[in-house]
Amino acid sequence: MIRVVLPHHLRTLAHVGSEVELELNDQITQRTILDALEAKYPMLRGTIRDHVTQKRRAFVRFFVCGEDVSHDPADTPLPEAIATGTEPFFIMGAIAGG
Amino acid sequence: MSGIRLLVGTRKGAFVLTSDGKREKWKVDGPHFAGWEIYHVKGSPVDPNRLYASQTSAWFGQIIQRSDDGGKSWIQPGTPPGEPTTTPDGMLKGESNKFVYDTSPQTGKPLTTHQWYDGTQHPWEFKRVWHLEPSLTDPDAVYAGVEDAALFRSSDGGETWQELAGLRGHGSGPRWQPGAGGMCLHSILLDPKNSKRMFIAISAAGAFRTDDGGKTWKPINQGLHSQYIPDPKAEVGHCVHHIAMHPKRPNTLFMQKHWDVMRSDDAGDSWREVSGNLPSDFGFPIDIHAHEPDTIYVVPIKSDSEHFPPDGKLRVYRSRTGGNEWEELTRGLPQRDCYVNVLRDAMTVDSLDSCGVYFGTTGGQVYASMNAGDTWSPIVRDLPAVLSVEAQTLP
Repeated sequence: MIRVVLPHHLRTLAHVGSEVELELNDQITQRTILDALEAKYPMLRGTIRDHVTQKRRAFVRFFVCGEDVSHDPADTPLPEAIATGTEPFFIMGAIAGG
Repeated sequence: MSGIRLLVGTRKGAFVLTSDGKREKWKVDGPHFAGWEIYHVKGSPVDPNRLYASQTSAWFGQIIQRSDDGGKSWIQPGTPPGEPTTTPDGMLKGESNKFVYDTSPQTGKPLTTHQWYDGTQHPWEFKRVWHLEPSLTDPDAVYAGVEDAALFRSSDGGETWQELAGLRGHGSGPRWQPGAGGMCLHSILLDPKNSKRMFIAISAAGAFRTDDGGKTWKPINQGLHSQYIPDPKAEVGHCVHHIAMHPKRPNTLFMQKHWDVMRSDDAGDSWREVSGNLPSDFGFPIDIHAHEPDTIYVVPIKSDSEHFPPDGKLRVYRSRTGGNEWEELTRGLPQRDCYVNVLRDAMTVDSLDSCGVYFGTTGGQVYASMNAGDTWSPIVRDLPAVLSVEAQTLP
């Protein structure tokens, strides 16, 4: 079971709380998590990554186990703690303002 | 008794303001989509309870929202909560915010670049929907004017969108370039007497017309003069801020350009200036009285460097002669220390017997006049900066 923490505005769109759970049989990567997330919550398609290019939106960041993995290749396997649900996969909006 | 519903888009959400036909007491409902920029909300003329909203964010991109009950509840078309996430044929849902430029060889002349600020060519990149224009005949059909400038259409209530690529494919496309606010298609006018004709306007390309339902387009900018364009007959490059049409006289168009208020009586084939005695002919909105096609409204702004009213006085100007002769309307509006702006889609009229005129400001006020502009009063004073206001006159 994979745990995903969504930023406030995406929780509102998906009508969920702060954390959602996903079941994945594939290898656990950014791409497989986002694929599963968008399949379960299609209203999130296009809000985290571009519909066509599948590139991460510029002001969205991904964190796992305290590390920013936003720039890692989408198919890089994520740590075991994510796969087991010990740690959540964080999707965050970049901080803006002064 | 009839009533009025005002659909207000702001920097931090949408608001729905309602009143009965007396327009004395207003109910303020919102914010809907709190924290998101709502560029535009507009209702279907066929089914007033069918509303479309453009919800956008620098972080999370574009969302299209639809209401089928006059704004009480909203859905992202095609993705209601609790419903299957795939269509019966197995396709994933979630396409209502998918605006993909048409690059197919079959339709139009696909383009990949337009002019950038430094004069080089730059790829077309979708950013947001500025304006939603529901069809005059079909509540499931709606047009979207987007940044980077292009026109899209949905025929399924906003679930999917297809570009009318003939506009971007017009030969001038590589010479379009963004204005300070981005390269946006912000005005869409549907001709009620000719279903094949529509008008659009782009900053900073100009106005365009189609006479074949959107397949091909013609720039309609002859007569526009812009200081920063050396060629006085330039086909494109003009910073048109807004255009307006009275449904009973669709061949007459009014335009608020970056500078200059303009008029055309031949469906845009030629334009003449009607700025007349305005204190400044810079501004953003322009609108027309519901029952008097020659009564028009603008809000003069000091300059393109100072986006606030001249002398700190918020004044609407009205012409009852189709331009050139303007009277200032000040009663009920702040006449000192006022430095708000009124954006291009933030003025509207209702169609009650005594025409109501409404506008919203970047200071969060929504002002209303129940007597065609003679006197004004605020409906609400402290909303987030107002981006758009649309009035619905309800039966």
